[in-house]
Parts: sequence; C-alpha cells; structure tokens
Amino acid sequence: MDFNEMLGDSLFFGFFLSLFCYWLATKIAKRFPYTILNPLLLSAIFVAAILLVFHIDYETYDLGAQYLSYLLTPATICLAVPMYRQIRILRTHLAAILCSMFAGCVACALVILSMSWLFHLDPEIYHALQPKSITTAIAMGVAEEAGADSTITVAAVIMTGLLGAMGAKGFCRFLKITHPVAVGLACGNAAHAIGTSKALEFGEVEGAMSSLAIVTAGIMTVILVPLFA
Amino acid sequence: MKYVNQFLIILGFSFVGELIHAALPLPVPASVYGLVLLFVCLQAGIVKLNQVEQAADFFLQIMPVLFISASVSLMNIISDILGSLAAIVIITAVSTFVVMGVTGKTAQFMIERKERKERKEARKHGLQ
Repeated sequence: MDFNEMLGDSLFFGFFLSLFCYWLATKIAKRFPYTILNPLLLSAIFVAAILLVFHIDYETYDLGAQYLSYLLTPATICLAVPMYRQIRILRTHLAAILCSMFAGCVACALVILSMSWLFHLDPEIYHALQPKSITTAIAMGVAEEAGADSTITVAAVIMTGLLGAMGAKGFCRFLKITHPVAVGLACGNAAHAIGTSKALEFGEVEGAMSSLAIVTAGIMTVILVPLFA
Repeated sequence: MKYVNQFLIILGFSFVGELIHAALPLPVPASVYGLVLLFVCLQAGIVKLNQVEQAADFFLQIMPVLFISASVSLMNIISDILGSLAAIVIITAVSTFVVMGVTGKTAQFMIERKERKERKEARKHGLQ
C-alpha cells in the first residue's frame, strides 16, 4: 500500500501526527523526568520514525505540518508580552544584560572560528555555522549574505536549539548560574527560540530574558559575523 | 469575541512585520520586526496588555510544538552533510554550551556584584 498516495491530499495528517507525537512525548517526559527525554526531541524522533517505517515522504507530512510552522511568526511576536511584563527587571539589569550578551556572542564567534580551523573545515561550512546560535530566519539571512549553504545553517540552528534546551537545566546548575535573569539570558543567547520555550518552563522572568536575548543576539551576530569572516 | 480581537492584533503585527521585512533589505525576519514593534506599542500604551495577553500566552504555551516540523526536516538534510557531520555536531555542541556558560556566568557575576553593592550601601545608610 502506498501511504504517500493515500495521504497525498490529507491536510491534517501532518498536523495530527505532530500534535499526537507531542502529546505522547509530554506523557513520557512526565513519567520519566530525564533531561534527554525532551518533549520536542522525542516528538521529532517519533514523527521521523513513523515516516521512515511507513515510507512516507517528508513532503507528505509537511503538507499538514507546515501550518504549525506558519504560527511561528505570531508566536515569536508574542514574546514581546513577557518582555513587557518584566520591563522593571530589564531596566534594573540593563548593564549586566548587555555585557553578558556581548561576551556570549564574541565567545561563540571565537569558538566556532578556532574549532573550524582545528577541524580544517571548508570555509563554506564555517560561514554556515557562524550564525548557529540565533533564530533560524536571521541565521539563514546571515549565512546567505556570507555566501554559505543555508541548509547546513538550518541543521546547526535546530541542533543548537535542541541541545541547548536539553542541557540548559543541568548545565546552569553545574555552573551555579542561578539568578533567573542569568539563566534566561544564557538559554536565549545559546539556543534562541527553542531555548526560550524551555526558559518559559523555568519561569516568567527566565522566559522574558530569553526572549530579549533572541532579539539582542540576532542584532549582535548580524554585526559581528562580517568581522569574523 | 475577546480572543478574536486578540488574535486580530497579533496577526496584525505579524502582517506589518512582513511588510517591513519586504521593504527593508536586512536579514531580519518579519517576526523580529513584529516583536520589537509590539514591545514598543505596549511600552507606549498604544496596545494595552489585556488586549493581547490571553492569546499571547496561548501562543507561548504551544511554542515547542511549532518546532516539530523543522526538527523532523533534519532527517532530510542529514544525508547532504554526512561528510562533515561529526565536525558540525561537535562544533555545534561545544559552542552552544560555551555561549550558555559565558553569557550566564557574566550575567550572574554582574548581578551579584551589583546586589552586594546595594546591600552594603543599604547597611551604611542604616547605620547613619
């Protein structure tokens, strides 16, 4: 039986499968509270496994699932709301916010530069990796601007987000990063919107700072990347 | 009706964000223009918090779900980058946690220093 043909006209298959796998993943994550069982990672693996087992193309799945991706623009815009609710904290810690964001962005550029050199990576892949810590849409623009393959950028951006969201809790505890503002900035600067969706689970202040970090990191990286070309 | 109005405002900002994105030649996505614009409008009192709050909280809650499709698309890309996959994964992992550590530690250090200073001053004023 060819599932591609059968589901070729279905608009709700991908939509349903995504939500169903996410529901399943949150159930599992609740039952077994380990960091590695991140609901987003789990649901992506479930979806990919189902597609592979039933020989369904990604395109067939995306027919329905793309509508979820469309909602990313309004959802990102809504990050302005926690930022506004936490405006007082933002004002109090402005210096710390700007300095730590800048330090993080420079550290990111230096690490990627030195490791690319160490691994003898193609300049094209190096340029594709540079904007990996910022939100996908800005990252793709930056990579294309530098003449790199934006497919690699997208892959690196998503991997970054998944890793950051999975490791955030343990890593921050390990380094004794405890202040909600510091935790939020760390999540947002390292792992953009996926990190922010994790930071929102920690608390409102963390989420607000992480949202702020997405915007700030985006702007700083756009300026810094040409300097590290 | 409340939700219709709230969604209307948020989608309005999405649309204006897209217009700005189309008009300006910068590698900045529509969503970031929209985010900054909504923040400025909230700050200026043009949009009231209770005019967007519930719908916004709904969007924020479902956010992880919206990344599933993009994460699954990694499945398609992986065969294209197989040659340098190991290097890409290692660099991605190391740099992610370096950024997290440097950002978090710097912020933590500066905030603690400031709070210590404020406590000291408060004590000094208390003595006088």
